[in-house]
Amino acid sequence: MAENKKFDPQALVEEIESKFELFQILNEEGEIVNEAEMPELSNEELVELMTRMVYTRVLDQRSISLNRQGRLGFYAPTAGQEASQIASHFALEKQDWILPGYRDVPQIIWHGLPLAKAFLFSRGHFAGNQAPEGVNVLSPQIIIGAQYIQAAGVALGLKKRKADAVAVTYTGDGGSSQGDFYEGITFAGAQKSPAIFFIQNNQFAISTPRSVQSVGKTLAQKGIAAGIPSVYVDGMDPLAVYKVTKDARERAVAGEGPTLIETLCYRYGPHTMAGDDPTRYRTTDTDNEWVAKDPLVRFRKFLEAKGLWDEAKEEAVIERAKEEIKEAIKEADKAPKQKVSELINNMHRGDLPYNLKEQLEIYLEKESK
Amino acid sequence: MAQMTMIQAITDALRCELRDDENVLVFGEDVGVNGGVFRATDGLQKEFGEDRVFDTPLAESGIGGLAIGLSLTGFRPVPEIQFFGFVYEVMDSISGQLARMSYRSGGVYNAPVTIRSPFGGGVHTPEMHSDSLEGLMAQQPGLKVVIPSTPYDAKGLLISSIRDNDPVIFLEHLKLYRSFREEVPEESYTIPLGKADVKREGSDLTIIAYGLMVHESLKAAEELEKEGHSVEVIDLRTIQPLDIETIIASVEKTNRAIVVQEAQKQAGIAANVVAEITERAILSLEAPVLRVAAPDTVYPFPQAEGVWLPTHKDVYETAKKVLTF
Repeated sequence: MAENKKFDPQALVEEIESKFELFQILNEEGEIVNEAEMPELSNEELVELMTRMVYTRVLDQRSISLNRQGRLGFYAPTAGQEASQIASHFALEKQDWILPGYRDVPQIIWHGLPLAKAFLFSRGHFAGNQAPEGVNVLSPQIIIGAQYIQAAGVALGLKKRKADAVAVTYTGDGGSSQGDFYEGITFAGAQKSPAIFFIQNNQFAISTPRSVQSVGKTLAQKGIAAGIPSVYVDGMDPLAVYKVTKDARERAVAGEGPTLIETLCYRYGPHTMAGDDPTRYRTTDTDNEWVAKDPLVRFRKFLEAKGLWDEAKEEAVIERAKEEIKEAIKEADKAPKQKVSELINNMHRGDLPYNLKEQLEIYLEKESK
Repeated sequence: MAQMTMIQAITDALRCELRDDENVLVFGEDVGVNGGVFRATDGLQKEFGEDRVFDTPLAESGIGGLAIGLSLTGFRPVPEIQFFGFVYEVMDSISGQLARMSYRSGGVYNAPVTIRSPFGGGVHTPEMHSDSLEGLMAQQPGLKVVIPSTPYDAKGLLISSIRDNDPVIFLEHLKLYRSFREEVPEESYTIPLGKADVKREGSDLTIIAYGLMVHESLKAAEELEKEGHSVEVIDLRTIQPLDIETIIASVEKTNRAIVVQEAQKQAGIAANVVAEITERAILSLEAPVLRVAAPDTVYPFPQAEGVWLPTHKDVYETAKKVLTF
């Protein structure tokens, strides 16, 4: 006979929350703390992952500086999130689709978007959004949550096409409060679509701390509402992020449906370069606590101990990054100024409606002078 | 040819396109095994399978996102929003995303999506079912907005909408679903988007209307004819973009015009039609262009529809004002 127990909903919440333990492979000292989960990565792959993370850190430093010089426009800093962004991307295949948020420019760059185009996106030029053919990325999504429902659609499309591919999307901790966040994971769950949903919990949505978004102990547990597997992972640990993404991808292409992954991380910089001042809402103590968790520091230690990395190698990556960034900015400078006639012509795939036809003529006339 | 109601013509258009293009997908709330709350998708899942015609969770925003994502992987989605009053839930997917797909990607991606949705008054629906919100859609660059008033138009326009490579909002008036039958060809045919139709020719006054108001206008035109006025009735069929050529040619002939809509006066698209006529044909006008529209209140409680919705009597009165100006 079943035990006659009083139902305690609060105890149930606590029981569920207790199951979401932080998944970690590499600790802050660069030591493997979870040998059993160690992903299969060759030495070359490990070095490549570090190379990309270092490169991305340089890209962030240079982007901030170029923004301050007025040579870039909209920019959302990424320093601190390299493991979360780059290691997750590292587990993807070329045929996978990425639906990035506004802070997720690095992932689409490593997926094939030329750096010069990323800079044009920042400046506000349509050529920055013209992904080359075969590079399956959308431009960074400004409406927080929209990328989630669209990812459910891309994933269903891939499933219907029987493609060996997944749709991957990213939002932040604040974004997990949006309706589209829940609808996206619910649809992908109900349709068993090959999608991987990331919450990069960098602890702040502009000035609003994570605790104001939700009383839940983790954000990963929100996946329970959609009935999909969910993981809470150390987002400063490249190996852990890579491993959970790889596993999610395998499940997805095997037809087992989507996964929600919360990466616990931190952004060292401001929310964006448009006047946000983190000293208003963050303490130096907290910043320092997270600087100690830096994904580059621990991965560097790990690789150095294996004899795979040294200062010279790192210096070479930094120099290469700076050189390529300089070249890309030059190339972006060469992009022709946008014309209204081009904006009109980009509006429709089919014939222009009468109003745009008329306006096209007016602007072509103006532009010919 | 077969005698069809508008809803049958819509089902027939969906059937033609599901048959002729394997990328066409029909989905929404209760469109599958149930065949839709108005039977618009009746029998389609049985004929084409669950992979082509399927139900979704109850979330309009998610349906919009699904359509966008499916279009990115080469499909031609035809999602349904159960009633257009629920469009607010999916405004971002439509106006913030779909409409901008081609532009924001510099032409790399496009969104061949047709959103079908019923609207319109006169059948005592509950709250937020009958509101005329086409004006919101017409204001968004990147969208085309189609509103048929007859079974024949509905089929040809829906096939054109589905084949269009840009997003189209296809609005179906509830009162016109089964109000009359008409001869509709059984094979596929198209009617160009952005092309109005002269439903009745005349020389003294142009009445420009769309949706249910086309029929109210035709009724009014008959009464006016009895009094010796020759009235032309233009059915816009596509409210964005407008068929400027047909509108202006008619106004230049009749020199007098009114615009008739079911939406509130501050909503709809009548003001846009008036502005276009004023800009392009003011020298032809013998009288100001007046509008027939609903009062600027929230859509009426069902029992008040009779006193609130514009009818042929309002069209008649406004036409008289313009004819005797």
